[in-house]
Amino acid sequence: MKLLKLVPDDTNIKFLKWRVPFFVVSILLIAASWALVMTKGLNYGVDFAGGLEVRATFTERTDAPVAQLREDIENLGYGSPVVQRFGEDNQVSIRVRLPDEVSADNEAAQEAANTVVEELQGNYPDFRLDGNDNVSGKVSGEFREDAVWALMAAMLAVALYIWIRFEWQFGVGGLFALFHDVSLTLGMFALFQIEFSLQIIAAILAIIGYSLNDTIVIYDRIRENLKKYRKMPLPELLDLSVNETLARTVMTSLTLLIALVPLLLFGPASLFGLTAGITLGIFVGTYSSVYMAGPLLVWMGVNSDSFIPQETVADKQEKKLRGEV
Amino acid sequence: MLEFPTWKKVMLWGIAILGVLAALPSIASLTNNDWPEQLPNPTVNLGLDLAGGSHILLEAERAQVASKRLEDMEEGVRNAMRRAEPRIRIGDVSSENGELSFLLDDAGDIDRARAAIEDLMAGTGPVREWDLQVVDGQRFVLTQTEAGLSNAVDAAMEGALRTIGIRVDELGTREPTILRQGDTRIVVQVPGLQDPEQLKELLGKTAQLEFKLVEREATAEEVSRGFVPGGEVLPYADREVYQGTGVVVQRLGGIDGETLTGAIQTFDQQTNEPVVSITFNPEGGRRFATLTTQYTGRQFAIILDGEVISAPRMLEPIQNGQSQISGSFTTESANELAIQLRSGALPVDLAVVEERTVGPDLGADSIKQGLLAMGIGTLLVMALMIVTYGRFGIYATVALVINVLMLLGIMAALGSTLTLPGIAGFVLTIGAAVDANVLINERIREERKRGRRVMAAVENGYIEASRAIYDANVTNFIAGVLLFQFGSGPIKGFAVVLVVGLFTSVFTAVPLTRMWVAGWLRKTRPTDLNI
Repeated sequence: MKLLKLVPDDTNIKFLKWRVPFFVVSILLIAASWALVMTKGLNYGVDFAGGLEVRATFTERTDAPVAQLREDIENLGYGSPVVQRFGEDNQVSIRVRLPDEVSADNEAAQEAANTVVEELQGNYPDFRLDGNDNVSGKVSGEFREDAVWALMAAMLAVALYIWIRFEWQFGVGGLFALFHDVSLTLGMFALFQIEFSLQIIAAILAIIGYSLNDTIVIYDRIRENLKKYRKMPLPELLDLSVNETLARTVMTSLTLLIALVPLLLFGPASLFGLTAGITLGIFVGTYSSVYMAGPLLVWMGVNSDSFIPQETVADKQEKKLRGEV
Repeated sequence: MLEFPTWKKVMLWGIAILGVLAALPSIASLTNNDWPEQLPNPTVNLGLDLAGGSHILLEAERAQVASKRLEDMEEGVRNAMRRAEPRIRIGDVSSENGELSFLLDDAGDIDRARAAIEDLMAGTGPVREWDLQVVDGQRFVLTQTEAGLSNAVDAAMEGALRTIGIRVDELGTREPTILRQGDTRIVVQVPGLQDPEQLKELLGKTAQLEFKLVEREATAEEVSRGFVPGGEVLPYADREVYQGTGVVVQRLGGIDGETLTGAIQTFDQQTNEPVVSITFNPEGGRRFATLTTQYTGRQFAIILDGEVISAPRMLEPIQNGQSQISGSFTTESANELAIQLRSGALPVDLAVVEERTVGPDLGADSIKQGLLAMGIGTLLVMALMIVTYGRFGIYATVALVINVLMLLGIMAALGSTLTLPGIAGFVLTIGAAVDANVLINERIREERKRGRRVMAAVENGYIEASRAIYDANVTNFIAGVLLFQFGSGPIKGFAVVLVVGLFTSVFTAVPLTRMWVAGWLRKTRPTDLNI
């Protein structure tokens, strides 16, 4: 049987030749992402913004009365809701961000949640409540804080690990690649205004793990080649390492994608954000391993000495005594 | 490389088979099949987002515990002074800003007063719970210490936990989870609940019942102000009937609900309205009898959580320790109140700060859709692996299937919870688990290309790839643990799958496939590899 080869043997793509333009583009993309996050903002779900979210199915109709629902809830006086199709055409998610004075008062917030559900149950006999989330302002604030800590801690912890296992330059390179991935993912969520919830933080943490997977595989090969080809110029060596691992990079990214796409297409609607986040992360993560993690090593001056046992202070003194220096 | 001692083979196969067997009961239950009862059945728990149910996070305010504690202290001090022989006269009592202060009428009483309140100030533990200062020789100022307050908060939360346990039990739901979280929070999770509104009603009410003597009706203006000199103004609970009016009651000297032994919903014999009959314990009954004898003909306010339910006139002394509470109830609301009174009052007010409810239909749909997507994904990954790596791909896919089953089996054995994001974790694990085999197989290809002989190529493939596999999994582990630390329920489920999946996928993808490959190589001794 002739086996499939996604990547031909002995590729020799000069990835690093275009490192400066690509790096500039990456930096611009990171900047643009943060600009988007700052200006357009993330579309916080109830987890992070507080308020209430109601998911419901209209069992007797094929289309949910979205516009009518919006009006109904607006009339309750808690501000204008976000009403979206959620899953099937007759399913909706209704998000109401309560006014600050209501959300600060736990009892009033509960009252609001009950009012919304009762109003809808009263207006639509075929209203089936599939679920609701009510999150108080205090709890959502804690979630925001925890999320930032979790992301920063994860990035630093894995960078530290790479530093210990490789060299400091690799740690910095990996950290920067992760920063790139997290930034671009946030940027996409700001751009497309996909609901940003706790699940997305989970997605980003998963991306941190898997993007690093790629980075480590390439780094591992760089380390190996640094020991093997002592005289090779670094850009060339990086290209060689990326090319040697290219088949694996493509294959793994592809398997991840084909596992995730069915979930995106047929999976439950409430998993869409999580899956979309991870799918997106696979692209940026693979890219960053090649174009962020690699070139940074060149600029930080990694060389084969990094992995040869260094002379210790004691060695040097000994040499001095022997008059060798 | 080719040498696999028997004990190693037995161990590898043993672990794999055990893991797979452990998954069977869960698979049976996920696909709605029966599992023979006589066999052990560790089943993975379904999270609320899959099984349907309610998650409610309740929070108490430290400040409220502090002010209640201060109030109790005030009552304690007054009683102690009154009981002292001869009575110690005090005045200008105030409990504000977290401190209780009072003035001795006679500065000569200072030592006796100090002795009288010594017992009250002593806590249960070794820590000092109150600070006492004597100002100007005759003003006593009592302040709570942080440690004392923390003890009180702790005790209040433990009490609240018990009360909530009783209330949730009364609903008759299966397997509720009630846990303390942090200092002032309680998580209640009730799977498969039909009526979350009722649960919230039950949990949210403090159900502090009090009987106090009514001095007079209060005007609407007094009610909105909330107090009058020397008395307490309480609004009527039923605002529609009473239009925001209330009553002035005597602040101290009433009876509270702690002396109740029973509460049950019944109907009033004359009006046939739903009411709650209550029974006092002997001490409460005696006090009730004394009060109603002393104040026959006066109105008593029946107060629930600071609102007056009704204020009946006591036409005759009540000696048998029984009474009933009436006041525009429906059968349900009377029953709810009866449950709350039976369970005892919450020692502290709890507010719902987070609530998540998922209907059972949605959960069932999610499982179906999730499993379908997972099935398709697995098949696609398997197909890709086989067309890419041939025989080695088949080994990898068998390893993948064992991996998925073991993952489920270990989760069941650990009693972990499978959540909706957990299903996504499974899918992600399926995609990522083959990475180890991809790394190994690509490496074997490379080594062959460089002209190594079959055995050496395979051996090198496994050895060289292992380094990256190890490092990559450690970093994923770090991210997974942080995710677990961070997440709430469903996200924790995702983290559990990812972390357990790291172990099972490394186990199945490296030693297990290696054993199979070694067995095949030894048997056939091929001179070339189709990889």
